[in-house]
Amino acid sequence: MNRRDAHSSSPTPALSFHSVQLTYPDGFVALNDVSFELDAGGFLALTGPSGCGKTSVLHMLAGLLQPTSGNVLVAGETPSRAKGVACCFQDPRLLPWRTVGANVALPLEIDGVSAPDRMHRAEEALARVGLEEVVDRLPHQLSGGMRMRVSIARALVVRPRVLLLDEPFGALDEVTREQLDDELLRLWEEDRMTVAIVTHSLREAVYLAQRVLVMAGSAGPLIADTPIEFGARTASTRTDHAFNDEVGRVQRLHRSAGTR
Amino acid sequence: MKFICLRFLPPLLVALLFLLFWEGIVVVFEIKPFLLPSPVAVWEAVVEHWDRLLQAALRTGGAALVGFVLAGAVGVAMGSLLGLSRWLERGFYPPTLLLQMVPLIAIAPLFVIWFGFGARSTIAATVVVAIFPVIASTLGGIRATDPQLLELFRFHHASRLQTWWKLQLPSASPSIITGLRVAAGLSIIGAITAEFVSGYTGESAPLGSIIIASVQNFQTALMFAAVLISSLVGFLLFGMVNLLGWFILHHWYGEHS
Repeated sequence: MNRRDAHSSSPTPALSFHSVQLTYPDGFVALNDVSFELDAGGFLALTGPSGCGKTSVLHMLAGLLQPTSGNVLVAGETPSRAKGVACCFQDPRLLPWRTVGANVALPLEIDGVSAPDRMHRAEEALARVGLEEVVDRLPHQLSGGMRMRVSIARALVVRPRVLLLDEPFGALDEVTREQLDDELLRLWEEDRMTVAIVTHSLREAVYLAQRVLVMAGSAGPLIADTPIEFGARTASTRTDHAFNDEVGRVQRLHRSAGTR
Repeated sequence: MKFICLRFLPPLLVALLFLLFWEGIVVVFEIKPFLLPSPVAVWEAVVEHWDRLLQAALRTGGAALVGFVLAGAVGVAMGSLLGLSRWLERGFYPPTLLLQMVPLIAIAPLFVIWFGFGARSTIAATVVVAIFPVIASTLGGIRATDPQLLELFRFHHASRLQTWWKLQLPSASPSIITGLRVAAGLSIIGAITAEFVSGYTGESAPLGSIIIASVQNFQTALMFAAVLISSLVGFLLFGMVNLLGWFILHHWYGEHS
């Protein structure tokens, strides 16, 4: 299947950044004039050297951070008002006293969905990440990878049109991380929601995304906004020459970001 | 069996040695009973006044329990309110602290003026003494809520009430339970102290009144008996709170706490 086919030509972009600047109270410029748009159904990876503000970009899309100047829109709305947005953070952020099922159901509970409905939907979401059998366990009884899956299930439970992920698999071992990457791709191919992921791993960015943004932080606007051009990801993709050449290309862009 | 020996044998042995030492001193130095009654004399007083002591224990224990429950409920509510707003905290925390600094024995007569002699004054005094640790531990626990989880709730547009009930209160519960343990110990102290002033004498006397009256009548053995019963009541209240705490933590945090 060609991943570019899904590119819908919706009039309003799903995500839009327009000349966004972020200055901290102490005067530090975290973002300087960043602009980009992402169409609905797209898969975008944000990357760049540490401190380039990629996590800030995601927090602005999630409505948790306000830009100092410029415009951020999610599905044409102010982020804090946009509906159907889900977020996975750097760590699973599960409530330790709640069972897995009750953790996954939390967003629905806050929205006032009835108890039988939300438990049903939580089980559905857990089944999608292959965890239906741990619904009654407590988070501390799970492995790190499983906890992250629960966090993904909690994002899926709201049936999001936009999924934001902030270095979600950074703390996991490589094998688990690659498994979760494949799972994320599968979920995206099933739902075709808009995905924006922050990652410091260029291999992960190239493997997952249709488009990679390399950020330069306070140094200026984006360093590069490059499409990733090749077909379906298969079991052998990670060792393909084409894939590794693509990683090399993005790596050079990244390096030039670091030396600015 | 080995565990039981290690756990219970040392304190029992120490207690036995202490009682023997006490009995020995009283016998050897021929100390007058009104100065220091022997353990045997104290035990005889317990047996002799058992009905009266049991009634008193129920009265004092009941007042302490009601005071403790009120202090717990109002304390958690106030601590939560102060935890939700810096403004409220700045405004109300200093007067609350002041309340803690006022010596109970100095204001106990005031409660008698307000609430009359008997249980109501005792309960009021108990609440005043026991409420501060509950407020402080609730406030501290709520302030210590994981900011990342708060961010999660903010992302999902949770209301203040939802954030409090579903996140801040459960995450503060270990701290609140510690505060309740302290409050349980204080509430029995508060009740007895208040009864020195507010208690009836005679048939319906609570433990505090028995202690005061027996000292005035040089019935020192009875006083020791009443003190012993007071300690047991306190121990019972403390044990109940510990059990409740264990239950809540076990329920909310699973096996690992």
